[in-house]
Formats: sequence, C-alpha cells, structure tokens
Amino acid sequence: MDRVPILNLGSCLLVSVQVDLHDRLALALQEDLASEIVRHHARGVLIDISSLDMVDSFIGRVLGNIAAVSRVLAAETVIVGMRPAVAITLVELGVRWEGVRTAISVERGMALLQGQGTPGGKARDVVRRDR
Amino acid sequence: MTSSVVTGETLAVRMEDDVVRVRQVTRRRAEELGFRLVDQTKIVTAASELARNTLVHGGGGHVHLSVVQAARPGLKLVFEDHGPGIPDVPRALQDGFTTGNGLGLGLSGSRRLMDEFSIDTQPGAYTRITVVKWL
Repeated sequence: MDRVPILNLGSCLLVSVQVDLHDRLALALQEDLASEIVRHHARGVLIDISSLDMVDSFIGRVLGNIAAVSRVLAAETVIVGMRPAVAITLVELGVRWEGVRTAISVERGMALLQGQGTPGGKARDVVRRDR
Repeated sequence: MTSSVVTGETLAVRMEDDVVRVRQVTRRRAEELGFRLVDQTKIVTAASELARNTLVHGGGGHVHLSVVQAARPGLKLVFEDHGPGIPDVPRALQDGFTTGNGLGLGLSGSRRLMDEFSIDTQPGAYTRITVVKWL
C-alpha cells in the first residue's frame, strides 16, 4: 500500500501530502506519524496540505486526531498551507479543529514549532477565516 | 424545478479508490461548467462525503453526474445504493449524528455545501440522495 513519506528534520517531522488522500492512506499516516514521533523523539510535526484541493470531514477528523495524538506524545502539530477555498468549505461543512494549530506556510509553521511564533497564534500566523 | 439533462455519466462506488475517482471526475465537470474555485471545492467535498456514505453505509452503489439546465445550468449528482436505507431521515440530517465512526457531518454538511438536497430512502431497500449546485 502507498504511504505518505515522513521526513525527519532535527527535532521535527515534516509531512508534505502530495497525493489525493483516500481514507486508508490518511489512517496509515496517522499511525506512521505516531510511531515516528516516538522513534525520533520528535517535538514537532509539520503537515503541509497545500497540495490538497479538498479536505472532507473524514480527512479533517484524521488531521485533528493526528494533532491530538501527537500532543499526547509530547509533540506539537502545525498544519500549514491550507488553500482558502478549502478553509471556507471546511468551516461551512462544520468541522471544528479545536486545538489544531495552523499556519500559512511551512516557514511560518516551522517558526511556530521553534517557539518564534506566539503560542496560540496571532491573527497573522493562523489561517484566517475571512471570506 | 423543471430542468433538462444535457449530459450524464455514471460512476461505480465500490471501493475507497472509487471515492477518490468520484472527487476527481466531479472536480473536472464543475470546472468545465465554469464554477468558481470555492464552489468547485464545495461540490467536490459534498461528493466525497456522499460517495463515502454510499460505500460505508450503503455497502456500495453508484453516482450519476449530470449537467442540468433550468434558469441556470447546474451540476446534479445522484448517489444511489441498495443498502439498509435511512430509518429516520430528520435525525440523520442532524449535525453530529452518526452510525459510523465519522463526525456525523456527511449529510448535514453536504446539504449546507449544495443548493439543493433531497433524500429518497426505503428502509431495507435503498437510498437515493440527489444534490444540485447551480452556476
């Protein structure tokens, strides 16, 4: 089965989702990330979803679960690169990402993980919900 | 509403990969018809939710995509399965109601994302969900 590659960068893991996520692949990523966080003692996980042209409630739930699981394993997750149309649709769909941190770009996300960003995220650092 | 079908195609929904294919074909048709990006994304997301329902709750089925013409052109998707049906439609349409392990946003969320939404179901026999987005 296909897997989404996970890169290890210092104390962080970087995931760039480049394929259309089917459900099994999303669940496999969740499991792989949990294992890799432990294996590399990762402190942060950066998930780049800029290639995704759609996030439905299932993928949204899996991404939320990844953030929750990594927090339990003492790693912080930041989801970066969400397209504006995807953000609008996700909000309208009714997916609530409580406790999921987001950033506009990989660079900003990395800054958040390295403590250069404001905890909780300032308005300019998080994906804004304006339409 | 009176509308005429311009073109149509049917896609099987039997495996998870079919859900991805439904998304891709729906995206292509929405784009061809001239929907702006946000609406394309809403249509594709609703298609993904409903195709997954067809697979998970209906045990598989098919989706019929068509371009319809009324006052404006629209993209119509009909999801059909011969699974257990939906015993309590109003309840199934509530946010957070789920019989699976999802968020329970599949039906309610799809209804919000599309312009028209209707469910025709017979418990123990079939479910047919029709959605339309007008250009």
